[in-house]
Amino acid sequence: MQRRPSAFNANAAEALLDANLQAALGAAEAGFGVKRRKAIMGLPEFDALCDRAAAIKDHVLDHLDTYLERFEAQVFASGGMVHWCEDAEEARQTILALCRSVNARMVTKGKSMVTEEIGLNPFLEANNIRPVETDLGEYIIQLADEPPSHIIGPALHKTKDQVSDLFHTHHPALGFPDRLTEGEALVGEARSILRQQYLQADVGVTGANFLIAETGSTVIVTNEGNGDMTQIFPRMHIVLASIEKIVPTLEDAATLLRVLARSATGQEMSVYTTFSTGPKRRGDADGPEQFHVVLLDNGRSEILGGKQRDILRCIRCGACMNNCPVYLSAGGHAYGATYMGPMGSVLTPNLTSLKKSQALPFASSFCGRCEAVCPMRIPLPGLMRELRSDAHEQRLTPPRERLWLAAWAWLARRPALYHALSGFGMRALHLLARGAGRFAWLPLAGGWTRTRDFPAPQGESFMAQWARRAKTEP
Amino acid sequence: MPPSNPHVALFVTCLVDLFRPSAGFAAVKLLQDAGCRVSVPQGQTCCGQPAYNSGDKSSAALLAAQTIRSLREYDFVVAPSGSCAAMIKCHYPDLLAGDPELSAQARVLAARIWELTQFLHDVMQFKPAAAGDEKITHLDSCSGLRELGVQAQPRALLPGRIIENGDGDVCCGFGGTFCVKYAGVSTAIADKKLDRLAATGAHTATGGDLGCLMHLAGRAARRGMPLQFRHVAEVLAGDNKTPGIAAEEK
Repeated sequence: MQRRPSAFNANAAEALLDANLQAALGAAEAGFGVKRRKAIMGLPEFDALCDRAAAIKDHVLDHLDTYLERFEAQVFASGGMVHWCEDAEEARQTILALCRSVNARMVTKGKSMVTEEIGLNPFLEANNIRPVETDLGEYIIQLADEPPSHIIGPALHKTKDQVSDLFHTHHPALGFPDRLTEGEALVGEARSILRQQYLQADVGVTGANFLIAETGSTVIVTNEGNGDMTQIFPRMHIVLASIEKIVPTLEDAATLLRVLARSATGQEMSVYTTFSTGPKRRGDADGPEQFHVVLLDNGRSEILGGKQRDILRCIRCGACMNNCPVYLSAGGHAYGATYMGPMGSVLTPNLTSLKKSQALPFASSFCGRCEAVCPMRIPLPGLMRELRSDAHEQRLTPPRERLWLAAWAWLARRPALYHALSGFGMRALHLLARGAGRFAWLPLAGGWTRTRDFPAPQGESFMAQWARRAKTEP
Repeated sequence: MPPSNPHVALFVTCLVDLFRPSAGFAAVKLLQDAGCRVSVPQGQTCCGQPAYNSGDKSSAALLAAQTIRSLREYDFVVAPSGSCAAMIKCHYPDLLAGDPELSAQARVLAARIWELTQFLHDVMQFKPAAAGDEKITHLDSCSGLRELGVQAQPRALLPGRIIENGDGDVCCGFGGTFCVKYAGVSTAIADKKLDRLAATGAHTATGGDLGCLMHLAGRAARRGMPLQFRHVAEVLAGDNKTPGIAAEEK
């Protein structure tokens, strides 16, 4: 798999031949789909809740500066620090400086897509600090040296057998020589290994699902409790979060949490919902000595002022990809970017460059299922269409496609000529098919006929027949 | 009460016009049987959806303006396609928002345009004469389903004849130019859908959108599947003589 969005088609072709990946995607489709539907059926007011959740985020986006400053003041009041970072490099350097200030050699990490966005792990490694992923899925792909293929299930592309192989390659050196095959045993082994890491880590890095302006708290949700261990044991807790994660109040966070878990995993609540407010206080039994929030912009203020602003409502539940026929066929790595699926196809061009990622907003059949399941009411196909339009205007789309489109549009705007030419063309094609009803191959139609027969026209076009009929029956 | 003898323009859609006139004539017959006076305006070609979804908004807007002009003088406009009807109903007003006069006309047309089965059932309250008893399976195309809410209508018009194929809200992988631009993924999605259609045991699959049907029929033929594909208008009109899509002529 090539790690660039322009390779989507080649990546997808590879993915479609990967039997393990297809099995994993099939299981994900069945699992996520059923669980989400069940969770929503159990909450009759789910739709109304989604409307409220979207309205909360819209309100925040209208007043983002105010809420961010309030959040900063509250973090400061509770004894923590906020670091404002304009781009990925600034965020990496900030985190490195914080790690060095406590002579960190090892960092445990909770699951965070924003750390993926800034490429934190390779950067820390290059600076002799060892990052250890503690979310089971993240741990698995760290061993495999692969990026996440799903925003909430980073190792979704791996089957249990592949995980067994991976553990058996890496764990004997850590004192676990036996090959395990059962799910529970594999989880147990990973847990034993990670337990030691939590205690040795100098710094714990987590992301944030929400930042709460009224209290200066950060919120993460996990199902493994690894986030709590990551942030409680080390001396320093660094939260890396992008600026749109903010919500005004605890109550708003509660509204969004109710929507998030149901849309993501089909749970009513995640197993752990952890609120962090400042460092350990006098009298606290445990907690970090230092609490830092690194706020990342990385292109978001730009999005805020533009036509694609709705994407900033995204709460990373993953429902769009869980319900996307393209994602469920090609898998997350095909997108060649940090974020994948419909939300990724919108976010990637906005965060990076449309020139390099214009393949992504076109990688959709516009079936609209993503928009239908998005709890934050993000019009994903509409945003992708807008990006297609930008790509067309900036002449980023392939010249051959542009030529076809222009020629067809020119003809379609001349109805008399269009009907005459198409009437003739269809009759000719019909004769060419010699009654077979289809073509196995047609010149200039290779994109269709490589995998499908091309249905032959029935003969004369409808318009030609209708015009003739109108003449004979006045 | 359904409207009495309304004047209806048939928006044939480019695919039915070019590839499957039998679906167009079936639509005319159904509309006439339902009590409509049917015209086919000659100024129509394509609704502009391929340009719109390819990012070429200016070509799409020109085609939208042409389509609006050709369909102005009728009580209703009916299309044998959910996706073309949805393009006109849901997207023209936005597409033409920059031109107040055209966007006003677009909104008028948006209120008059219907997908065929929706119009027959919801507006004309039409009950077609029972045309055969063969069990079929029906494909809900995404635009019609999600943008227009077409789902109950074809089932109501074909009572007792449809075997559901499960996951009816999942795309078939057609997606217009998507099916050529991303042929591999498109075909993989088609295969999943075809397996579900075949599992129903029905010999015929119908649908309201020719694009989806041509894509699936072409793939089914390549795979050597015996499944037959027809536009739902043909089945409703009792046309069982015309060979199915991509099928050999007798």
